[in-house]
Formats: sequence, C-alpha cells, structure tokens
Amino acid sequence: MKSTIVGILAVQGDFAEHALILKKLNAIPKEIRTLNDLENIHGLIIPGGESTSIGKQIKKNGLEKKIKELGKNGLPIMGTCAGAILLADKVIGKCEIKLNLIHATLERNAYGGQNNSFESSVNTSFGKIQAAFIRAPKIKKIGNQGKILGKIGNEIVLAEEKNILIASFHPEISGDPKLHQYFLEKIKRHQAGC
Amino acid sequence: MKQNTTQVNQNRTLVNRGLAQMLKGGVIMDVVNAEQAKIAEKAGACAVMALERVPADIRADGGVARMANPKIIKQVMKAVSIPVMAKARIGHFVEAQILEALGVDFIDESEVLTPADEQFHINKWNFKTPFVCGATNLGEALRRINEGASMIRTKGEAGTGNVVEAVRHIRSITGKIQELKQKGKKSWKTFSIQERVPIKLVKEIVQKQKLPVVNFAAGGIATPADAALLMQLGTEGVFVGSGIFKSKQPEKTAQAIVEATVHFKDFKKIAQASEKTGTAMKGNELNKLEYRFAKRGW
Repeated sequence: MKSTIVGILAVQGDFAEHALILKKLNAIPKEIRTLNDLENIHGLIIPGGESTSIGKQIKKNGLEKKIKELGKNGLPIMGTCAGAILLADKVIGKCEIKLNLIHATLERNAYGGQNNSFESSVNTSFGKIQAAFIRAPKIKKIGNQGKILGKIGNEIVLAEEKNILIASFHPEISGDPKLHQYFLEKIKRHQAGC
Repeated sequence: MKQNTTQVNQNRTLVNRGLAQMLKGGVIMDVVNAEQAKIAEKAGACAVMALERVPADIRADGGVARMANPKIIKQVMKAVSIPVMAKARIGHFVEAQILEALGVDFIDESEVLTPADEQFHINKWNFKTPFVCGATNLGEALRRINEGASMIRTKGEAGTGNVVEAVRHIRSITGKIQELKQKGKKSWKTFSIQERVPIKLVKEIVQKQKLPVVNFAAGGIATPADAALLMQLGTEGVFVGSGIFKSKQPEKTAQAIVEATVHFKDFKKIAQASEKTGTAMKGNELNKLEYRFAKRGW
C-alpha cells in the first residue's frame, strides 16, 4: 500500500508535534514552508501557533493562493487552534488572512489569556479525546453544510465541512492520535474518490 | 493550602508547556511600550516581552532594573492579540504575583533585571501562569524546570548584540545531553547529585535527547544570520531584545529576523532577509563589559 504524505504548514507553531503523531500512524509528514513544498501531498495540516504570525508568513510566501486552490479542489485540510482560525470564513478579533475554506465563525482567544487555558476530555463522534485548550478560540457557528463532531458542554470544539476539518483544541500535544486517525481516513476516502 | 496550589499548578504542566510549544519557530521581541508592541506584532512576532528598559539601556544607564510598570504592561496587553510576556526579577515572587494578577501569558524570571534574592529562584509551581527562565548549561536548565519553569531560553549576554554567549550556552546544553547518553547510567547519577536535580529528570532528557520543555535562544541576537545560526544549532525559536529597537530601522530588522527564523535552513532566504535589515545595533566585545548578566542566577 502506498504511504500517505501529509503536508504540515511549518512556518511557525507546533508542527513537529503533528509530525510525531503522523509518524506513529505510519503516515509521512512533510514540512511546508514554500510553494514548491505543496506539490505531491495527500492532505494538509495547519497547526497550532500564533495565527497572526502564521498568517503573515502564508501571505508573504505566496502560499495563501495555492492553499485556497487546493482546498477548493477537495484536498483534505485539518486546522487545529490557529489553523482553524485561518481556515474560517468569519473571525471575531484580529485576523491576518482568511483562507475562506469553511463556513464557520471563530472567535479568537475566546476564553481569555493563558491563565484561562485548560485541559479537558472532549466527546467526539469517534470517542473521547484528551485535549488542551491553549488561549483557544471558540467555534461560535458552523454553516448549514457543516457537521459538528465534538463538543464540550454546549460549545462546538470540533467540526467539518466536506474536506475541511477544524478543532479549537490541540490533540497533538496530549499525544492522543484519534483525531489524526480520523483525518487520515478522510484522506483515504478522498484518494479513493468518494 | 500551599501543597494544594502546587498540586493544582502541576496539573497545568500540559497547557503551560503547551503554550511554549505554540511559540516554536517564532521570534519573541522585547518592547517597552504599546507602540513598540504593535510594530513587533506587525512584523510577525509570535509574542512580545514587556519590560522597563531594553537590556542595552539597562547596561548603559545602570541602576536597579525592575519589573515594568503595570500600567505599561496593561497597555501592551491591550495593543496586541499575540501572547504578552513580562519580566520579573530573579527570586522576586511578588513581582511574579503582580504579573499573574495582571493576566500576562508568560513570566520571564530574568537575569537581565537586578536579582532580588541571592539564594532562591521563584518557586514557579506556586503560579498558574507559566514561566520561562534563562540557563547557561544543562544543570541550570534542569534546576529551573524542577522549580516549575515551562520553557527555557539561553541566557546569552543580553544587550550586547554579541551572539557568542548564546552559542556557548546552547552548545553546552545540547553537548551535555549527548555526553550523558554516551557515558551511560553511572554518569547520570553523578550528574544528578552534582547538579542537584532529580535523577528522573536526568533520565528523561537522556532518553528524549532533548529538554522536556521548549528551548529558545536569547541574549545578543542582532541580525537575521544570528537567529538562523541559533536555530541551526537546535534552538526552537529566538528572543530578540535590544537587537530590534536599537537597530536603525526596527520594523525592517524585526521582519527580517522573523523571515530568517522561519526559513533557517534556506540559505537564499536568509541572504534575502539579511539584505532587508537596517544597520544592526552597535554591540560590545564581552571583555569590555562592566558586568555580565549571565552570571546572575545559578
């Protein structure tokens, strides 16, 4: 079986942690810093980090247009925390760029500063995930076509719309592989053409 | 009561070390007011460090250097959406309590300020807010982690524009981690006793071949090339203090250092970034310094 190559945007943030989990799941992570790096990938992860820093680098290096194009053409893309903010079409708070790839409203730093960061177990459609919410955004609203995959209390923390998957938390730093597993299955379904 | 808080805050290890992980690959810039903070954010900084005076000015003006005025810290927090760090003096746990009350995202227990305690660093487990601490070698880094630091940075020699000490410190840390692996179990015990750190922590770093927390470079970084050098030597991001706002065109210098940090393995990009900078800060030879910040703390 051919291995799945997953690009991870590596201009700032915790891209190495995503790579570690992908390796454990037998996928091949590929760090993305330039336009050329975006060739030959089966999926893309936009990691956690600072959305303004990541956004500026995407703009500068011409990655913005290409990622938009890939996303519109159906490439599976997952964004965690800052990554989710960048993928959304509406953002409450300062926002560097919008990739406009998912109908979702995200509020930046919605819980407040670091003193309000917390760890929680999240009920998702594929089991409980141990997750870290670090200066996390809230997914306030999701479009009609969207699907809610995980909540804590009444709040949406995990959602998808077609090929785009967003999480307001970090499964990558607690090391829980379930979300990445789900994302890899999404990639496989995309490759199989369904 | 005291034990309880400690326990609560140990439960914050994942989110506090986690915030440092989110800063990786980025540049944290020293700022002394809201206006500078905005310039830093615009240039792509992943966080800002609020302080009273940049290290070069502390060096030039002398006197006791303390935590910045809370009014200014609040203005900085209001001005930017990226994380805000602020410095407290070594051992000055009340300055740290103030910073926690203000709601800063990270506290730097910093040798750049005048130490308040010559015997004890702050017990960082007593705080909800994460701490970053300076280190010149592995033993020092592990002592700070054992006291609850969520992030380590090299001390370097702040305010000099001279990168040599930061290079020495990162080489010393990574070199020692490799050496302990090669020398084997017996050396771990000796090291743990000599350096007064738990053997469990020593075993953990030998096995992982890295610190259990994120490790940035700091102290004397003045050019994009300096930043890329430290990244290639294995640090996970950089702090730039005087290097930005003591250069001729702070905004350009800031952008160029960010660019070189992101593309630290891409020589062409580092070259392009280097072209864009204004004149770097003047800098000092170390043997001409009146005092060395890196010698503060232990």
